[in-house]
Amino acid sequence: MGSQLNSEKTTAVSINDDGVTLRLKAPITLPVEAESICPDCFVGCQQSEILALPVFCGRRRKMLGDIFSVSGEASDRITVEGDLTHFKRIGQGMSRGRLTLRGDGGMHIGAYMKGGEICVEGNTRDWTGAHMTGGMIRIRGNAGHFTGAAYPGEIRGVNRGTIIVHGDVGNETGARMRRGLIVVEGHTGECTGAGMIAGSVFVFGKLGARAGAGNKRGSIVALGETAPMLPTYQYQCRAQFGFLGVYLRQIRKWGIAVSDDLLKGSFRRFSGDVTALNKGEILIHD
Amino acid sequence: MIGIINGRVYDPCNGIDGKVRDIWVKDGRIVSPAEVDRSAADIIDADGMVVMPGGVDIHSHIAGGKVNAGRKMRPDDSRGHERPSRELSQSPRVYTRSGTGRSVASTFKTAYDYVEMGYTTVMEGASPPLMARHTHEEFEDIPILDKGGYILMGNNHFIMDCIRRNEKEKARDYVAWLLGATKGFGIKIVNPGGVENFKYKQNVTDLDDKVIGFDVTPRRILETLSWINDELGLPHVPHIHGLNLGLNGNADITAETLIAMTGREAHFTHLQFMSYGGEMGKPVRSAAEVTARVVNANPNITVDVGQVVFGDTTTMTADGPVQYRLHALTGNKWFNDDVEAETGGGVTPCVYRKSNPFNAVQWLVGLELFLLIEDPWRVYLTTDHPNGGPFTCYPQVIRMLMDRDFRMQAFEGISKLARKNALLPELDREYSLYEIAIITRAGTAKRIGLDWKGHLGVGADADITVYADMEDREAMFARPRYVFKDGVLVARDGQIVCERPGQTVYVSPDYDTAIEKEVRRHIEDNYTIAFEHYAVSEKELSNGRQVACKP
Repeated sequence: MGSQLNSEKTTAVSINDDGVTLRLKAPITLPVEAESICPDCFVGCQQSEILALPVFCGRRRKMLGDIFSVSGEASDRITVEGDLTHFKRIGQGMSRGRLTLRGDGGMHIGAYMKGGEICVEGNTRDWTGAHMTGGMIRIRGNAGHFTGAAYPGEIRGVNRGTIIVHGDVGNETGARMRRGLIVVEGHTGECTGAGMIAGSVFVFGKLGARAGAGNKRGSIVALGETAPMLPTYQYQCRAQFGFLGVYLRQIRKWGIAVSDDLLKGSFRRFSGDVTALNKGEILIHD
Repeated sequence: MIGIINGRVYDPCNGIDGKVRDIWVKDGRIVSPAEVDRSAADIIDADGMVVMPGGVDIHSHIAGGKVNAGRKMRPDDSRGHERPSRELSQSPRVYTRSGTGRSVASTFKTAYDYVEMGYTTVMEGASPPLMARHTHEEFEDIPILDKGGYILMGNNHFIMDCIRRNEKEKARDYVAWLLGATKGFGIKIVNPGGVENFKYKQNVTDLDDKVIGFDVTPRRILETLSWINDELGLPHVPHIHGLNLGLNGNADITAETLIAMTGREAHFTHLQFMSYGGEMGKPVRSAAEVTARVVNANPNITVDVGQVVFGDTTTMTADGPVQYRLHALTGNKWFNDDVEAETGGGVTPCVYRKSNPFNAVQWLVGLELFLLIEDPWRVYLTTDHPNGGPFTCYPQVIRMLMDRDFRMQAFEGISKLARKNALLPELDREYSLYEIAIITRAGTAKRIGLDWKGHLGVGADADITVYADMEDREAMFARPRYVFKDGVLVARDGQIVCERPGQTVYVSPDYDTAIEKEVRRHIEDNYTIAFEHYAVSEKELSNGRQVACKP
């Protein structure tokens, strides 16, 4: 009980905290390696130290202060303002706190993330939340390809954590994920859940072609339209699945419109991929 | 001119066992003190340090088609193993090259990692003749190290045709031509006949099995190539990877193969993978005792171990069926290669786990071989890089050999099943620094046939490694204080300080030129490339060194 109180107390402190705000001084089109924009880096830093954190801008090493004006210090709550389309690896490996992007984000946002929350008010590019092992990423706009996917060559990808995309996503969303949840309010590209080991992907828009190719034990839930299924999935039954209600009510709490129709609806279950373990499934809402 | 003074020198070729000696270097060679003007020499005081010749690796896969296939299929091997470029001097501006990878590192990184570990010569374990140009192209980008490659011949159609027709002189001339054409250094035999049979979804399991389409047996291939090796007087001996690699109970066939070579000189590579007991379908157990006994009894046989090191690595061999089986077993991605009328090959990633009884037995077999083979001049340190583990794990293996407590501590951590009835706890032997110097440089250089390497006698190449004498042998061998290559300081405190080209050694034995006409026809009938494009010319080697044969 005591430890629980303590943890509530620490949470309370960070909520009262005003946090650190970064404002982009001028638009940047060179690619920027910005893994230093991360709550774990900022939390123990005074403002001068935050200003001096390194970023690679093109091939030149610069300081955060060269690119951003900074207000606030020593916090794990970060707000970044400006177009960060060309900023890579923001929030990479973060384990705590909250990172808010008021604008678009670039590639690899929240890759290897362990905990905390990332909220992007615009769009992000490829590899959002790749290899994450905990925490939550919420994208108000669209995300690029390989959202919540494993990097090339890696056998296992995302292992726990939640990614919510309110817009559309590109190809290979959740590829080779092992655990965790990805919710897409819009449409998905091709090969959603390719090579999934386990985990769940919910798609409210149109589920793209070749979903679940090589899927071992993962669940893909299509709540809207679907492109033609792979021939390696077999129709099994039509049923109402109790566990889907649990998921969908939680998703509704996260702010996605889930109609009562969906909650009560029946689903067709396809099992596959028969070329892998055949323990995976695609559930399609009638 | 350089003088390395007051160091404790371990130079087994010259019988120097930890005596304090001064080493003098001039024009890239070791010279006698009389030839040196001491006042003009750079003196390095190695007081309290250990001085050895530069390391010589007898078998490692560092360049060529398979390694590159591994690099391409394993971007995950690079992640977290990046080596940034570093400035070596400001004027003129010189940098090291950046690189990535651990088990299948890029070329420059391979060289730097070896040199920073005190190695100066490395032999590529298996190059298909058709891929020789690729191997040499990569050698060109592996600086500092001296290197050479063994050429795969155990499944060559031309050679097997000659054997079928009892024309071994013709086979000899072909081998001589092939070595010259590929700028190779020696004869490598991998699963003779088995790789060819794999093209028909089969294998060979016995020395007297038939090779499909050729009416020859693995035994005859081994005998003929061994005879050819003697006839041509190659500096190295036949470099043999036998039958049934990685299979339960393969120790018997390995012992049979070793005995079949009685009276002939031969090197058996990665013996660890060939020394398993038990039966198919039953738990594997170590049969290091069986193969070590045969090796001990046959003074003409040398072996390298191919020690397994726990962790992630990439396996690669010309033995196609082995890689297929490993892929089927692990479900890992797999690359398979059919090298026209010559050989095959495969690549698949592999993780050796302490908790896996089979992997743990593999680890035991390696260490037991090191400890059971009595003569250190006939057993060499390798991990069959990257098959048993990356070469960067050599210091760890050295510590296992030198420190019984460390070894036993690791033993306690492996699978319980593998520990049951294991021989390792009974083996008290600990290697001395002198013996380590034999298995990592003196013995290997001698066996490869590089007389000017692996020792610190007058006239030898000034490839010298100076270690701080530390109790932790792993740390000691991982970061030498100084590494000299050809008398130039190339690494200090485990960091590259100078980059320079290394040599590529090759042989070019004499042969009856009448063979060329027949080879031309063979290549034009069976290959996808023309005869004119087959041979690697001397001009393609920027720093080649032809080694003489003694027929």
